[in-house]
Amino acid sequence: MKLSSKHVTLLVLLALVAISPMLFPSGYYYRVGALIFVNAFAVTGIVILTGYAGQISLGHAGFAGIGAYACALAPVHLGLHPALAAVLGALISAVLAWLVGRPILRLKGYYLGVATLGFGILVSMVLNNERQLTGGPDGMEVPDLGLRGVLKDWGLDLSNGQFWYFFSGICLLIGAWLALNLYHSPTGRALRALHGSEIAARVVGVDVAREKLKAFVISAVYASVSGSLLALQNKFITPDVAGFMHSIEMVTMAVLGGVGSVLGAVFGTAVLTLLPQVLTAFGEYEQLILGLVMMLVMIFLPAGLLPSILRKLRGAEA
Amino acid sequence: MSELLQFLFSGVTVGAVYALVALGFTIIYNASDVVNFAQGEFVMLGGMLTFAGSAAGLPLLLAAVIAILATAAMGVLMNKLAIEPARGAPVVSLIIITIGASIFIRGGTQLIFGKQIHTYPSISGDTPIRIMGATILPQSLWVILGAVLVFIGLWLFFTRTLLGRAVLATSNNRLAAQLVGINTNFVMTLSFALSAGIGALAGVLISPITMTSYDVGLALALKGFAAAMLGGMGNPKGALVGGLLLGLMEALTAGYLSSQYKDAAAFIIILAVLFFLPQGLFGRKSTERV
Amino acid sequence: MKTTLTTTALSTLLALGLASAASAEIRIGATLSATGPAAFLGDPEAKTLEMLVEEANAAGGLNGEEIALVLYDDGGDPNKARTFATRLVEDDEVVAIIGGSTTGTTMSIASVAEDAEIPFISLAGAIEIIDPVRPFTFKTPHTDRMACEKIFEDMQKRQITTIGMISGTDGFGASMQAQCKDVVGDYGITIAADETYNPTDADMTAQLTKIKNTAGVQAVLNPGFGQGPSIVTRNYKQLAIELPLYQSHGVASDGFIELAGADAANGVRLPGTALLVPGLLAADDAQKPVVDAYKTAFEGKYSTPVSTFGGYANDAWLILSNAITTAGEADPAAIRDAIEATTGLAGTTGIYNMSAENHLGLDLSAFRMLEIKDGGWTLVE
Repeated sequence: MKLSSKHVTLLVLLALVAISPMLFPSGYYYRVGALIFVNAFAVTGIVILTGYAGQISLGHAGFAGIGAYACALAPVHLGLHPALAAVLGALISAVLAWLVGRPILRLKGYYLGVATLGFGILVSMVLNNERQLTGGPDGMEVPDLGLRGVLKDWGLDLSNGQFWYFFSGICLLIGAWLALNLYHSPTGRALRALHGSEIAARVVGVDVAREKLKAFVISAVYASVSGSLLALQNKFITPDVAGFMHSIEMVTMAVLGGVGSVLGAVFGTAVLTLLPQVLTAFGEYEQLILGLVMMLVMIFLPAGLLPSILRKLRGAEA
Repeated sequence: MSELLQFLFSGVTVGAVYALVALGFTIIYNASDVVNFAQGEFVMLGGMLTFAGSAAGLPLLLAAVIAILATAAMGVLMNKLAIEPARGAPVVSLIIITIGASIFIRGGTQLIFGKQIHTYPSISGDTPIRIMGATILPQSLWVILGAVLVFIGLWLFFTRTLLGRAVLATSNNRLAAQLVGINTNFVMTLSFALSAGIGALAGVLISPITMTSYDVGLALALKGFAAAMLGGMGNPKGALVGGLLLGLMEALTAGYLSSQYKDAAAFIIILAVLFFLPQGLFGRKSTERV
Repeated sequence: MKTTLTTTALSTLLALGLASAASAEIRIGATLSATGPAAFLGDPEAKTLEMLVEEANAAGGLNGEEIALVLYDDGGDPNKARTFATRLVEDDEVVAIIGGSTTGTTMSIASVAEDAEIPFISLAGAIEIIDPVRPFTFKTPHTDRMACEKIFEDMQKRQITTIGMISGTDGFGASMQAQCKDVVGDYGITIAADETYNPTDADMTAQLTKIKNTAGVQAVLNPGFGQGPSIVTRNYKQLAIELPLYQSHGVASDGFIELAGADAANGVRLPGTALLVPGLLAADDAQKPVVDAYKTAFEGKYSTPVSTFGGYANDAWLILSNAITTAGEADPAAIRDAIEATTGLAGTTGIYNMSAENHLGLDLSAFRMLEIKDGGWTLVE
């Protein structure tokens, strides 16, 4: 039986989520795993926007901020269940992405970069400044999702770390499955066509503006849900989630791993999430080594970690 | 009246800082289409090395010259060790390399010089100059002068010198440039040296006003990048005008509307300008080849 | 091959984790913002803890056991702080945590520490950290609210009733701005102008001009830390504003006078701790020995001036080491009880008297109103 690349990706991810815990010596590893999955969820959105459609965003943390603060604010002010608040956050992000995307997606390359950057900074500025609502830079508390308690009643008693590990892992699997389906859909084909050349895509009848907007909105929803997951997991949120550095981090994770594929992006996310944890052993040299690793990977594996490694392996087999 | 004038002075002071940083972006961008996110670190190095030199007992001017030369050398190293070996990598990979370089330089500076904030004396003292009830510091005039001189220098370089045109030719079509005998490797090295040197000069001039520490680079690069994009990336005139405009918008918003949202106003105006002029105010038009 | 790579990464982590968890000494954890936007706070704090633990070990440790300090740098990011706090609790198995340079990181660490029932001493300012009281969470710095009260008390004495505020938008400035606005009414003072700046801004003359031209303003207050307040102070002088200028405890360090320039800083008042004015303390001042010891040791080792923030870490260590000695065992619950029983302990910041209702244990007397004169600190009566 020949497995499609889509099934391979999903199986690898599933195996990763299910088998890794057997190697965990302490609860702390669940926390790191959960962070990898949450980050990878947002990065999957970047794969759709940058990998499929070839558009750059330096402001996607803004959407993560919206998703995160929706989970903090909506339960308090609207009495919504935190899960519904996350859905509301995703909706707001989608509408906002649609409104913002229409004018700015006409821009190309760095100009799109600076426009999205501006958007991200606006969101983080509002979160920082509207202190009465958001608690300002000190942040605010986020209500409990409550699902762990429900599972406990059903006889499944997980620690907080374990719960978020598996919950985020399952969310990532669903996100990856949707992104892979999109890749093989007509929209996915149109996005790849316009990635190659917008003019050529237009000639063969692709509505370029519409397809780009679609990719932008979908990736915004991914970032928003990732922000919600982070907020619910941490039960506390500050405007850092919407900060410029977080936007850059998302793009770096995707590109480092290989922006063209979901698995590559997850791989890049894992590396960049684990690296600071490993580098604590180097104390003051941490930043130095982090910068060095980023440069070395991009110099020697310019297509990203996973694609380059796969190519090398195939080359070795042949 | 004096109030408006003071806001304008404030805006020009800040704007000249942004313009100087933005000017540093143009050369590397023109030669390679890469926005160098480590540009802010060059600015930081200019200030920090000048401080370190003068703290070690060198005269300030000598310390500044050494700082600029050392930073230019750093730019050359960055090109030789990180950019040249990655030839042919997609632009987005090159950007990640420059981000990595920025983290690396910041980490190294922190290790060597620590995390303290530093400053050193202004070139011509701190006695404010009074004009119609408003004041401006002499150092601000030096920053403005620096920005204008760098602008004129770059403009002459790109329009009047063979080398400058070689830089532009390299960015337009590297292969064609090589075919007509341009040493593109040299052009790239030169543009990194110049960009780094200009960045360092910016750092030397602004540090008496803004102060400096190992981590000032990122914020400066962000504003300089926005200013360059507002003016049109790659055009020295765009960098100068974009920087000054950005500074003025911030100061006027802080003065008349809300200091909390002054950066927001600046970015909203950038978005509006890009909406009507997708290449910035003075950006070069590019057409897509199929 | 995907999984083998992951396994390699995981086993590397595992090896590092095991290497640090193997021996049987007293394990103390810390996560501080030694880099990033709050490095101004976290850097002296980290240096202080490293120095003090080294000193304590050289003197034979606590209860005859060696102390192992596990120190992480969270870069000021609450998300990272939570991860490191989890690591300290689950992996490094520490008996107590010092840390949280900012309020944001503190809140993240507190929820982990409370869940794991590990005593936690925060070094951040907000009153929310200890009010309402959480059983395992303590803090050493005075609250921002106390700094505001001290400043407003002094203004009241000078018959100032209308002020302008210019605050940094960083966590420190924004938090203190909010606290000051909360209590300002109690002192019959009104805020006529309320401006802000970004911590990385190069020039604040626009905001200061606006304040200067606001009718009735008698004094200006600038909550913030880092280079911002130095630039504000210089711009203040540039605009020749003659009104009294108040800074916050965020700049309470000799470095501030150096950056702002002795001339521009002349006459600036701020609430500071005994640490800044060791020479002006009475010979029988209870804080004098602690202040002298810390200042001499820190400045000797790092050749940078002490700051209030390093002092917070010093006090956290004093409270914790005192509690471990009193408890006689390195058991988290026993340490917690001993911390709560701290009485009359002199630190650099003030005299600590903890109780079940008060997990800070300082009062306003811990603050001293200081004025900068001729490049040095003087006490205001």
